[in-house]
Amino acid sequence: MVPLWMYLVVAAALFSTGLYGVLARRNAIAILMSIELMLNAVNINLVAFWRYQKPGDVSGQVFAAFVFVVAAAEAAVGLALIIAIYRRRQSVIAEDMNLMKW
Amino acid sequence: MLSDYAPAAALLILAVGMSFVILFMSRLLGPYRPTARKLAPYESGMQPYGPAIRRIPVKFYRVAVLFILFDIEIIFFLPWAVIFRDLGVYGLVVMGMFFFILAVGFLYEWKVGGLEWE
Amino acid sequence: MFEVPSLSDLNIAATLPVMSLVLGTCILLLADLFVPQERKQLTAWLAVAGLGVSLALSLLSLGDVTRFGDGDEAFAGMFVADTFTDAVNVIALVTALLGVMVAYNYLERTGTQRGEYYVLLLFTTAGVMFMGAAGDLVVVFVALELLSIPLYILSGFRRPQEASEESAMKYFLLGAFASGFLVYGIALIYGATGTTGLHDIWIAVDDIVAGDATSQYLLLIGAGLMLVGLGFKVAAVPFHMWTPDVYQGAPTSVVAYMSVAAKVGGFAALLRVLAAGMPHFVLDAGAPAAWQDTVWLVAVLTMLLGNLVAIVQNDLKRLLAYSSIAHAGYVLLAVAAAGSAGLADESAQAVVIYMMAYAFTNVGAFSVVIAVEKDDASNTGVTSMRGLARSQPWLAAAMALFMLSLTGIPLTAGFVGKWFVFKAAISADLFFAVVVGAVTSLISAYYYLRIVWYMYFEEGDGEAVIPWPLAAAISIAAVGTLFLGVMPYLLTDMAREITLAFGG
Repeated sequence: MVPLWMYLVVAAALFSTGLYGVLARRNAIAILMSIELMLNAVNINLVAFWRYQKPGDVSGQVFAAFVFVVAAAEAAVGLALIIAIYRRRQSVIAEDMNLMKW
Repeated sequence: MLSDYAPAAALLILAVGMSFVILFMSRLLGPYRPTARKLAPYESGMQPYGPAIRRIPVKFYRVAVLFILFDIEIIFFLPWAVIFRDLGVYGLVVMGMFFFILAVGFLYEWKVGGLEWE
Repeated sequence: MFEVPSLSDLNIAATLPVMSLVLGTCILLLADLFVPQERKQLTAWLAVAGLGVSLALSLLSLGDVTRFGDGDEAFAGMFVADTFTDAVNVIALVTALLGVMVAYNYLERTGTQRGEYYVLLLFTTAGVMFMGAAGDLVVVFVALELLSIPLYILSGFRRPQEASEESAMKYFLLGAFASGFLVYGIALIYGATGTTGLHDIWIAVDDIVAGDATSQYLLLIGAGLMLVGLGFKVAAVPFHMWTPDVYQGAPTSVVAYMSVAAKVGGFAALLRVLAAGMPHFVLDAGAPAAWQDTVWLVAVLTMLLGNLVAIVQNDLKRLLAYSSIAHAGYVLLAVAAAGSAGLADESAQAVVIYMMAYAFTNVGAFSVVIAVEKDDASNTGVTSMRGLARSQPWLAAAMALFMLSLTGIPLTAGFVGKWFVFKAAISADLFFAVVVGAVTSLISAYYYLRIVWYMYFEEGDGEAVIPWPLAAAISIAAVGTLFLGVMPYLLTDMAREITLAFGG
């Protein structure tokens, strides 16, 4: 059987990829996608821990379901905000949002 | 253990092999007279010209997002549906609360015109 | 098979204050559809009614007139209904009531009067209340999102205005980023303890401390990542970058509410996770909890940066944003104190007292900004305060009171809050952090009193619009600030009853 640490390494790599994406990408939608990567890394962690630590207790799986339901709600609001901004400025580049200094 | 998958592997090989055989058979035995029109990606459809990325009406986004939201909420019904007989009244009450909130969201969406296309 | 829980395990009665608010909000969402556009004030009144019912229930429960339900757990331990929950409920609901009152006319004159504003505000309040009542990490996460997502929308509520949209965007991107850290932390804590229930974590931590190093590392990293996620919500340094931009761009009525509500929720959850969940997480026997050093270090940085950068701000909303960062630092000091053995309840009391004082003071200060702000969101500079004492003496007096309270001058609510926070920190031997807190309080006097100086000693037109609901909100905030300052025992006697259901 594949040992637990391998899953954790994959999840950590995925989380770091997402983290890099958030910090390095300029497109707001790409940033949102990177955040989704981070949340999916969490889901891998949760399900792996559930399988290896306590397969009898489903709380890890349930949490994973909560994570992606909430991620969908977040994405719905976020995309709506991005569309609202795009319609006014024709741009979704995060650096163009400089009305106020960062 | 692995030998359990032997029938599946056999089917896989058979299916792939069969499709290659049919492709070559039709090429070998059938007549082949190509014209420009026949070679177009969609033989009697529209010409796929223009840039691939176009702005599409935002209405599609609205429908898609509303669909995704309600679609994903359904996941909470799945475990309940599997064992709802065992959960009995308790499960009914808990899911009733969840369903109430979902129904309120749906009614709001409906009344506010989120489901209208025009 | 498993054991099917019974309906009495649900103990729904114990969740009555927050459940009544959720139900009321759902009804409000539908009722608002039938309110004609020109009479949206009706929605505001209905929102006030919903908040009032919930506040009455919370006060009954806090004042020990009736305890709802039996025992302090509901939904099989997911929801904790102890006195701390009641206290958080009261603070959240008072803030929300003030938030509705300041929005009443502000939305009208900025042309954004829509019923959804009040619905979203009430949902956020429910999120704060759930965070205070979290008995499980799942609830912490879902409540955090229930608190955040409506706030993202509210920040962008002034839609045709670019600054508002931009602030919503920044808040959303950074908020979603932070919640990624939070859930990753939760996943690691789940991995270390094998449970997401805080009560079970509290029990499991003892084994981990005695056991192998792997679980200890997982728990340590998990707690650290959760601190990042929640630190973002309460605007602690170094996760504060969004605060000034969001506060400046978002509608002022939203900022008045969220500067308090998001903090109340964040600190309540921090206490639930750190003070109730893992107070026994010590790496050396007899030492304070492993997370204490990090928390007080963050607190020191937050106090320093918030207060120092606030000095050079010339926009009132930005200034108050940095001031709110600084205040997050003071509250974090109390959270850090919870890491020492036996101090969990005392620091929970300090947090409650501080947040109550801060709720009145800060909503009051932002209400005054709303009064001087023009319809196009301009005139929020520090100089807009010039001459206010002559044209609006009462408004200026209230603002002066709020500024003194934010500084922490005796006889104001702010002093009482700081007193209890510092007291808790001294009991925990965090002397260095307390000294930094005291020194930065002195520094903060400079920029707070500068506003008082502008109001009283400089000439200006001092224009302000004060419709009666705003006047009422400012009056309530001022009376609350003064009352808690002059007669603090009214609050502190009640706060002494506040305990966390487990932990310590």
